[in-house]
Amino acid sequence: MIQAGGSRYLRPILVHMLLLLPFVGLLWVPFYDRATPALFGFPFFYWYQLAWVPLTAMLIWIVWKFGRA
Amino acid sequence: MTAPSMPTAGWAGIAVFLVFFVATILLGASASWRKGRGRDKDGEDWSLGGRSFGTWVTWFIVGGDFYTAYTIIAVPAVVYATGAYGFFALPYTIIVYPFVYAVMPRLCQIAKQGGHVIAADIVRARFGSRSLERAIGVTGLVSVVPYIALQLVGIRTVLEALGLPDEIPLIAAFLSLAAYTWFGGLDAPATTAFLKDLMIYIVVIAAVTVIPLHLGGYGTMFAHASVHLKAAPDGHVLGPGESIPHATLALSSALAAFLYPHTLTGVLAAHDADTIRRNAVMLPAYTVLLGLMAHAAGIVTTLPSSVVPLLFLAIFPGWIVGFAFAAIAVGALVPAAVMAIGAASLVTRNLLPGRGNARAARTTALLVKVAALGCILLLNPQFAIDLQLLGSVWMLQTLPALVIGLLPLRLTATGLLAGWAAGMAAGSWIVFADGLKPVHALHLDGSAISIPTGLLALNVVVSLAVSLPARRGATGTRAV
Repeated sequence: MIQAGGSRYLRPILVHMLLLLPFVGLLWVPFYDRATPALFGFPFFYWYQLAWVPLTAMLIWIVWKFGRA
Repeated sequence: MTAPSMPTAGWAGIAVFLVFFVATILLGASASWRKGRGRDKDGEDWSLGGRSFGTWVTWFIVGGDFYTAYTIIAVPAVVYATGAYGFFALPYTIIVYPFVYAVMPRLCQIAKQGGHVIAADIVRARFGSRSLERAIGVTGLVSVVPYIALQLVGIRTVLEALGLPDEIPLIAAFLSLAAYTWFGGLDAPATTAFLKDLMIYIVVIAAVTVIPLHLGGYGTMFAHASVHLKAAPDGHVLGPGESIPHATLALSSALAAFLYPHTLTGVLAAHDADTIRRNAVMLPAYTVLLGLMAHAAGIVTTLPSSVVPLLFLAIFPGWIVGFAFAAIAVGALVPAAVMAIGAASLVTRNLLPGRGNARAARTTALLVKVAALGCILLLNPQFAIDLQLLGSVWMLQTLPALVIGLLPLRLTATGLLAGWAAGMAAGSWIVFADGLKPVHALHLDGSAISIPTGLLALNVVVSLAVSLPARRGATGTRAV
């Protein structure tokens, strides 16, 4: 994992930054407001947002696992 | 207005519906009677189950409170009517969990150390202000009323789809909720919550697997869906000018979601802070996509609320329809009861002088439900989801006191109170002036962008809250 600066407080802070990714990924709408490429019949708009469900779960798990000082 | 050839649930469907719905009401209503009378009806053990809930129980409680008629009736209705625009509920139910992970463990810890049960308790302990406590309490109360109204709309919708005429569905919905909570108290939802979750899971799993199969797969479903939408823009899935509302509605809903008395209760009932963190990992599993299926089935209705019931009627045999309708009705009944009881204990704990008794709480819970009924009759919103968004406008105004209050900023009770008052006044004024629309068009250099009213009003709150407390250090944040 990230081992920046050698500080024992820096790593948890950096790991917690992962929690911001779902906000960026989902609130930046123009990035995914399109129909292609479709996946299994789902337009991009829908499958992209759905993909954030497992992705967010995984990110929160990483923060829970590695984010403690 | 359903098409004349619309299938009905038939007697088998109605019978199955009655068995499950009435059984739930009886089971809930008789819960406290079966447990024996004269039990202590106040205090921490009663309302938070002794703060003993571990990861799995918390998952059921927090997720279950979240999984209501909002998910099954209100969101599909708005997706059906507006297409991708209504899909903001998906990012909303995803980004809410990083927020929960970051904020709620700390609140849970503070509440546990101080013996607090709801948000208003925490705020009083932290800022030492009875007025701020009352303000937060009142906000929780008024915000939860339209949310209960949404649940009543949910029950009414399935009763209508079963074929009950005119005003009877709404009356029946109200009476069943009133009886369930009046006789059962918090024991009612506690006894029937697992039954409710089980029924909902069966129905949702059946829906997301069987319905697309029936329609020839998800691809065909989406192709069919786009035919039904009035304006499916080429290449884009959202219409022009809908990007910002999509993002900001998701954000405002996510920020407000866990401030509500009923959802916060589930969080505070967790065993410890780490239980909440682990839950935030697993809770996104609740997020589903019922709304899209509604498009695909080729149902034409002028009542978007009834899309899901009509979809079930079109695809499933009568007895499954009866079960599914019962699941939807129970899925509205149980959270509505938790909300009404949460609002009632808020009144008796934080608003009335002295600690209230069980009788006062019971009467208040009934009054809250009457107010919810009034919401439906007087406001008559276009979509049930507007009721929830109306509540969010107010609920968001408690965010500074509760969440920004956690940060090491020197916010004062006076500043927060002034900010709260400004936010409530501004938010209510805008939302009623716009005719209950959840977004307000903001005109900036010629072009209009739509922002959810709650977020707009919250800006007022934050700016006032930070600017007002200037150099009145004596009443600064207290250590809890």
